[in-house]
Amino acid sequence: MVARTVLHDADITRALRRIAHEVLESRRGDGRLVFLGIPTRGVTLAQRIQGIVDEIEPGVSSSGSLDITFYRDDLARTPTRSPAPTRIPREGIDDAIVVLVDDVLYSGRTIRAALDALVDHGRPRAVRLAVLIDRGHRELPIRADFVGKNLPSSTSERVSVHLTEIDGSDEVTIEP
Amino acid sequence: MTTLLIRGAALLGDHVEDLRIRDGIIAARGALSPETDERVIDARGLIGLPGLVDLHTHLREPGGEASETVLTGTRAAAAGGFTTVHAMANTSPVADTAGIVEQVQRLGERHGYATVRPIGAVTLGLAGQQLAEIGAMARSTARVRVFSDDGHCVHDPLLMRRALEYVSTFDGVIAQHAQEPRLTEGAQMNEGVLSGELGLGGWPAVAEEAIIARDVLLAEHVGARLHVCHLSTAGSVDVVRWAKARGISVTAEVTPHHLLLTEELARGYDARFKVNPPLRRDDDVHALRAALADGTIDIIATDHAPHPTEAKECTWAEAAFGMVGLESALSVVQQAVVDTGMLTWGDIARVLSSAPAEIGRVAGYAHPLEIGSPANITLVDPSHAREWSTADLRGRSVNSPYLGRALPGRVVYTVYQGVVTVDDGALVEPEAVVAAHEEAARG
Amino acid sequence: MKHLLSTRDLDRATAIGILDVAEDMAKTADREVRKLPALRGKTVVNLFFEDSTRTRLSFESAAKRLSADVITFSAKGSSVSKGESLKDTAQTLAAMGADAIVVRHHNSGAAHQLAHAGWVDAAIINAGDGTHEHPTQALLDAYTIRDRRFVDSARGRDLSGLRVTIVGDILHSRVARSNVWLLTTLGAEVHLVAPRTLLPHGVEHWPVAVHEHLDDALAAGPDAIMMLRIQSERMREAYFPSTHEFAREWGLTAERLALLGPDTMVMHPGPMNRGLEISSAAADSDRSTVLAQVTNGVSIRMAVLYLLVAGTSGIAESAGGAR
Repeated sequence: MVARTVLHDADITRALRRIAHEVLESRRGDGRLVFLGIPTRGVTLAQRIQGIVDEIEPGVSSSGSLDITFYRDDLARTPTRSPAPTRIPREGIDDAIVVLVDDVLYSGRTIRAALDALVDHGRPRAVRLAVLIDRGHRELPIRADFVGKNLPSSTSERVSVHLTEIDGSDEVTIEP
Repeated sequence: MTTLLIRGAALLGDHVEDLRIRDGIIAARGALSPETDERVIDARGLIGLPGLVDLHTHLREPGGEASETVLTGTRAAAAGGFTTVHAMANTSPVADTAGIVEQVQRLGERHGYATVRPIGAVTLGLAGQQLAEIGAMARSTARVRVFSDDGHCVHDPLLMRRALEYVSTFDGVIAQHAQEPRLTEGAQMNEGVLSGELGLGGWPAVAEEAIIARDVLLAEHVGARLHVCHLSTAGSVDVVRWAKARGISVTAEVTPHHLLLTEELARGYDARFKVNPPLRRDDDVHALRAALADGTIDIIATDHAPHPTEAKECTWAEAAFGMVGLESALSVVQQAVVDTGMLTWGDIARVLSSAPAEIGRVAGYAHPLEIGSPANITLVDPSHAREWSTADLRGRSVNSPYLGRALPGRVVYTVYQGVVTVDDGALVEPEAVVAAHEEAARG
Repeated sequence: MKHLLSTRDLDRATAIGILDVAEDMAKTADREVRKLPALRGKTVVNLFFEDSTRTRLSFESAAKRLSADVITFSAKGSSVSKGESLKDTAQTLAAMGADAIVVRHHNSGAAHQLAHAGWVDAAIINAGDGTHEHPTQALLDAYTIRDRRFVDSARGRDLSGLRVTIVGDILHSRVARSNVWLLTTLGAEVHLVAPRTLLPHGVEHWPVAVHEHLDDALAAGPDAIMMLRIQSERMREAYFPSTHEFAREWGLTAERLALLGPDTMVMHPGPMNRGLEISSAAADSDRSTVLAQVTNGVSIRMAVLYLLVAGTSGIAESAGGAR
């Protein structure tokens, strides 16, 4: 069976643009936005979204990365993993609106770990979640605030996100 | 009167001839037919050797019975094909008086597995200060002829000179443990590239060679016999070769483990491989084999050194030095120098029986397997191969470096003064051995 | 790799991986909450037969920062001083449920034995065995050099092109041994300086350049110079005649310090003998990394504990792990 493209590059661009607008709209008052991507592809998406936000309204946002390896709930059950860098902007996250960014939202465990990691870095005013793809099948009570595309899928299917900066092209595919 | 007929063994690895033993003596030799009431041992396929003589064994009794006793040690000896062992003096108390050596000799006699020839200390308490009563020990019923402070070096040159001079009066020989103490303080293994990497204190070859060089010159100067224990380096071989060429009366021994094992075994910090003198380099192993083949080294001696488990199951530096070796000696020697074609079984009979007996002045081994000689015989199956395990050990301790290693050969029968002590591979039980000796004495 | 016994066991990729994880660990020191939950519920035992406050505290700190439970056993006044064997001590502690045992012992090979004798099942970390190895010290030294030299672009890098000179009692130094293997694996050029009496037999077979005069080594222009602690007891064993002569010939005096480039790092594993192998001028100069080494020690030990204990696989051959 062959992989089916569900989002082409133009679709991705549109989706990210829409998310950027939605984030800005939801921001009431003068809150500082910090987009923290979850490695690997969440970081790229966070940079892109923050770039768009900065075009629309300069100076109110920054981006970085939040590695969740040490906070995973399956650490002791799987082979040892090396973390990716965590880069929090210099101003920190205290009293900021943190937007966690990831490519695919699935069981919700990654986000649960991200929330725990975030708490050890400071106390944000609010935490939001932006994902490119929500494929359902949540195992924890987690929901995204901003979604690029809802993609109903079965657990046997494989959703792959490709981004130019990492994979050479922009594309989201699903294969059985 | 019981007789024993050994049929079909290749005597000294050479011709197949039968042997008849009567009254503890080899009574007949040749193509023999069984007589009535005679036990027949089918020795076809086996090599017939004279009973082996170990010039260097630690029986630990008195004082060290936790690791070995005269009984368990001579049982191990019999299992290895030995019918005479020289028991080193570093017991507790030290064998530096007639009383101790007579006690040890009597124990050997009582148990009946092998002749125990006690070695007397050179110095009182092995302290290296004052000569022990060498004369008393020589005149005792133990008739001590070999004197050694083994475990320690007689390092004081004046004392060594005096000892060499004094023992000659009693037809004795000093067996020197050559180890300059100041050069080997804290030494753990051979000094070389490996010891530098492993962080273990080095035991430099020169600490052995320098003592041997000094001692052969002293022996020459005072006209005495010298015996050098457990040669371990190529340099030591060179010194002994030079000394013999000069006509100096020196004999040298090498252990089976120094003919086979190298320092590489220290890499895993397994203290079973910790021994004094230490395992050396490949070059040394080859030099020792060649020296044995060309006669520079006169004999093989086991330096059987039993230790309790807790003395080996600890960090290397805390562990005791030594390996057991009576049971495995012939197999290791077969692998190292017989199967490699360097020595024949006839040579083995010399280096493991007649030559050590001569050095120790032990009677009855000068004419191996000849008619009229005491019936001390070892029958070996050289084709047998096995993985050495604790099941092959018969002494009290298990600190063998060969566990898990494939070794050739197996002692099938050992006959001591006409009494079978190893019967078809199995050690005969103590009561039966004693009874057999008593019966032989009556008959 | 289930244990960390020696830096000889680390290949280049694995070593770089450990340094990179240590970078992440170092960052937690700047956070509001300086702990990570990675070893929550795990037990780390510090088994210290040799007295060492600083290394012990460093490992304790590292384990606690990973939320592990820490049990410290030091030999003084313990059952060991009453004659209990390494085997019995280790098994007793393992019976209390150790996931990792950090062991420091005065005899070479102790860590190897704990790892391979079959007495315990835990991950073993060698915190110094006799004169053999001290792998976490070498790792923190390498980390310090990399961090000082490359700062923000250190991640993923090795030490190619750097010249590191180690000075002092090489013969008795486990720090020197671990550093020689690790630094050469990471591509550095290693030079050793010592009088002949303090060089290991066979050092000409090591992958290093050897100098018997410190001034020769300094002329070669090191990027980092690591001074080793000299024990004055060695004087009585005739390794050198006096501490004065040793300091004059092989000490990093103020005069020699002045000959070093402005970026040359001055390193010391501690504790220092001021005025003997290292002058106060050198120890306190801005080129000294002594305190950074201590800080980095905690990060490295956190990285090692995490990699060995958190997951099921120990340190993967190439710790650039799974994602």
